[in-house]
Amino acid sequence: MKKVILVFMVLGQSLLSQAQKYAAESSAISFFSDGAIEDIYGRNSKSVSIFNMATGDVAFSIPIKDFEFDKSLMKEHFNEKYMETEKFAKATFQGKITGFQNTAKGEQQAKAAGKLTIHGVTNDIDVPGTVELVKGKWVMKSKFMVKLVDYKITIPQLLWQNLAEEIEVKIEFTYKAQ
Amino acid sequence: MKKIIAVSIVLFSSISLFAQDDLMKELEASQKPETTYIGQTFKGTRIINGQSVETKSKGALEFIFSHRFGRINSGAYTLWGLDDAFVRLGFEYGLTDRLGIGIGRSSTDKTFDSFLRYKVARQSTGARNFPVTITAMGTANIKTSPNDNPLLTYDDRLSYVAQVMFARKFSTNFSLQVTPMFIHRNTVVKSKENNDDFAIGVGGRYKITRSLALSGEYYYRLNPHENTPYYNSIGVGLDIETGGHVFQLLFTNSLSMIERAVVVETDGDFGAGDIHFGFNISRTFQIKKPR
Repeated sequence: MKKVILVFMVLGQSLLSQAQKYAAESSAISFFSDGAIEDIYGRNSKSVSIFNMATGDVAFSIPIKDFEFDKSLMKEHFNEKYMETEKFAKATFQGKITGFQNTAKGEQQAKAAGKLTIHGVTNDIDVPGTVELVKGKWVMKSKFMVKLVDYKITIPQLLWQNLAEEIEVKIEFTYKAQ
Repeated sequence: MKKIIAVSIVLFSSISLFAQDDLMKELEASQKPETTYIGQTFKGTRIINGQSVETKSKGALEFIFSHRFGRINSGAYTLWGLDDAFVRLGFEYGLTDRLGIGIGRSSTDKTFDSFLRYKVARQSTGARNFPVTITAMGTANIKTSPNDNPLLTYDDRLSYVAQVMFARKFSTNFSLQVTPMFIHRNTVVKSKENNDDFAIGVGGRYKITRSLALSGEYYYRLNPHENTPYYNSIGVGLDIETGGHVFQLLFTNSLSMIERAVVVETDGDFGAGDIHFGFNISRTFQIKKPR
């Protein structure tokens, strides 16, 4: 009998933990560089993410080659010169979101802390953001600055169309129960 | 029994812990294997004198200004060839990411050229693995010089080139291209020229830094006329990329900047010092926003 209860408990809990995991059904990552010669705006809607509501654990992965720009040459330079996409295909984040309640209504301020990997370099980051339940889907937003030097992204001296040394990154994921 | 429960609890909690730590692995596992296309095999649409597999992306317009000076071995009197200037002005527009159309006009032989270029296949890895990028290209030229010979008809002035370029980017830095080519000229001097010529071109580039690359090119004529006064074309160069521009500084024994004249009408002997200094400057303008 005890055995049965145990099996049942394990089964139940694992089901429960499954139900609390959310996969992103849509994503919008963008960055903005305020350059001396021209502004560069890149956007990406091909990212994937999993969010564990019970623990606050979150992971996401951004395919670098899917950033789109106003000029095709910007995309070429972004991939070839700055991000070295053939070597470092993805940017990832793995961490925890804290400061929100999964029962509360409206937009809640939250914090994300964890490891952000860009261009093969991992840094611990701690950034603010918001979490909101909209029609049964969790919407998570954040906006923060990334310093290129922290991720060993260097600006080639010969390039006139420079990227700013610090760029603003915006992140928005919409999660639905898995 | 209690032991079993304890073990089970420990086991269960470790599993749950494992699941948390490996959210990233779970995320990666949930992704379908995808195809990565290898692009930017060459910096520009030209390797030296000849074409590369690159096409302009959709809505991008490239203006190429090509310039060749006189022969270096012409001596100090002409400042080693710098007194002479031969120019081609050209435009190429990307109708799609794979299909391009272009026109150009060269001062040598006062020739107009027009071409279509289509990227048939792209080198890729991942779900779909393909070893090379293949681009096919067709060119039609009209030679308007000389303009005072009544015996030359319109048809006499026409020539055509068909080529298929196979290129592989072996690493981020090293790319190689092989180009079988067919050239037809409507009117030739039969005693020393063929109407139909076949050639194979080999070109490559090696990147020294992210913005600098060395390049080289050689065209081998497969069926040169037995009395041909011409030589195979050789070119070496340095590509410098600065944002919207690509500068190519080069040395070559060819004076012309279109395939027909480069491959079968190169009259400079590289070994004897009949070498021209020159450059190609290309500037890309985005006419239509991508997507």
